[in-house]
Amino acid sequence: MTMRWFYYAAPQTFYGLAGRLWPWLAALALALTLAGLWVGFALAPADAQQGEGYRIIFVHVPVSWMSMVIYLAMAFWAVLGLTFNTRLSGMMTRALAPTGAMFAFLSLWTGALWGKPMWGTWWVWDARLTSELILFFLYLGYIALTSAIDDVRRADRAGALIAIVGAINVPIIYFSVKWWNTLHQGASVSLTRSPSMAQLMLWGMLLMALAMWVYTLAIVCYRVRTLIIERERHTDWVQALPEVAGAKA
Amino acid sequence: MRWESWSEFWFMGGYGLYVWGSMGMTALLLPLEMVQARLAHGRALALARAEKALENS
Amino acid sequence: MNAFFAVVARDLRLAFRRKAEVLSGLFFFVVVAALFPLAIGPEAVTLRHIGPGVLWVGALLASMLTLPRLFENDWRDGSLEHLVLSPHPLGLLVLGKILAHWLVSGLPLVALAPLLGLQFDLPSDALGMLALSLLLGTPVLSCIGAIGAALTLGVRGGGVLIALLVLPLFVPVLVFGAGAVEALSSGLGAQAHVSILLAMLLPAVFFSPWACSAALRIALE
Repeated sequence: MTMRWFYYAAPQTFYGLAGRLWPWLAALALALTLAGLWVGFALAPADAQQGEGYRIIFVHVPVSWMSMVIYLAMAFWAVLGLTFNTRLSGMMTRALAPTGAMFAFLSLWTGALWGKPMWGTWWVWDARLTSELILFFLYLGYIALTSAIDDVRRADRAGALIAIVGAINVPIIYFSVKWWNTLHQGASVSLTRSPSMAQLMLWGMLLMALAMWVYTLAIVCYRVRTLIIERERHTDWVQALPEVAGAKA
Repeated sequence: MRWESWSEFWFMGGYGLYVWGSMGMTALLLPLEMVQARLAHGRALALARAEKALENS
Repeated sequence: MNAFFAVVARDLRLAFRRKAEVLSGLFFFVVVAALFPLAIGPEAVTLRHIGPGVLWVGALLASMLTLPRLFENDWRDGSLEHLVLSPHPLGLLVLGKILAHWLVSGLPLVALAPLLGLQFDLPSDALGMLALSLLLGTPVLSCIGAIGAALTLGVRGGGVLIALLVLPLFVPVLVFGAGAVEALSSGLGAQAHVSILLAMLLPAVFFSPWACSAALRIALE
């Protein structure tokens, strides 16, 4: 099993694997999205308290989850990269970051749009939104650091370190923001309080979450292929690729 | 089917702005990201071809 | 251990030769503290309310100003490589540099803050807690900031980049530091806050030198 992993850790083999995978993943993501939207908008009933406005959760919760899952994935690849010094780990972390940042932004955007009709203001300093904001900053920090360093290896490793430091801090940040929030706001409506969610609502949310996850896998596969070509372009095998050698793929 | 008509669907019980504002931004950013990835891939391929040209020259 | 003290002494000596750099951080703190009342208004009630927060943010930004120079000067003249290659554990030497940085950039803020707190009409017990919270919090800022400084060694846009990297990580310290003063003022008691600040200080002191060493090696190879 370990041999298999190290086999695919070579950029050349991963390039082929990712190339075969991503179209299927993309198609699956599309199917899941359509299914999720159908369940969420055509089948699920209105909420007792929030009326039709609650339907934002069909994007808000999936993108929030993904923004956190992706950061954990980045930290995972970062640890792997620093430990085993594999080139692919650095590429995985780099490929994940933009999507993670995008999901974090969407989480904030949809969170604000959800908050406005419910609480009357475009922004609320509730613990989760504030933590999400800080997570967004962590993503931006990673992207800024890796973009600023010219040497690719150094950039990868420095980025890996900041990703790990950030990941360790995320629970601490969340805890401190939660503390800060309860002290200042007292009891307030939580964005995710939904003690009894109708079955269909839950299904819609899960389908959309799965869709976003599969989408992430697809786009990361695609992006890593791009990074591989960029970084390994002087190797024989890249030069021999049909996309590069002349025949349009 | 939950909705009586299309206009009811867009109105979304009064929450139209918020629901479609959310869905809309998502529907905007995800394809944008895909386009950006595609363009980046094209640039990488161009770089690789240029490398080849450099080698051959 | 001798190496540790040698590094601290050396960095302190170097800092005293460049007094302007050190003092500019402190003056920044003073100026920022004065800007907020100018922007918000002189009502004592408001100022008492925002005082702890403003002073904490000011201290945070001021201690961040001097971070780029933590490793940069040594890196420029090659002495950083000597430190990394020396037989002594790099973590210990880095801890020495962080301590020196805090003594020069952090501790003066702790002393200055109560004076500036008077501008915000803070009562004496609040001033005391402000000083205590900064005393516990500024070392953590130096520790976390050092990691950022090590990662961005020689990178263009260094100062702002460090800020972007490190400010999100400062949030817990800020929340509990400023929160301690507010908790005391509102009568709730700040024991929990102080305990948590201590609980953040100890791991920071242990974890940061190790992370910095890794970052320095990444930057230097």
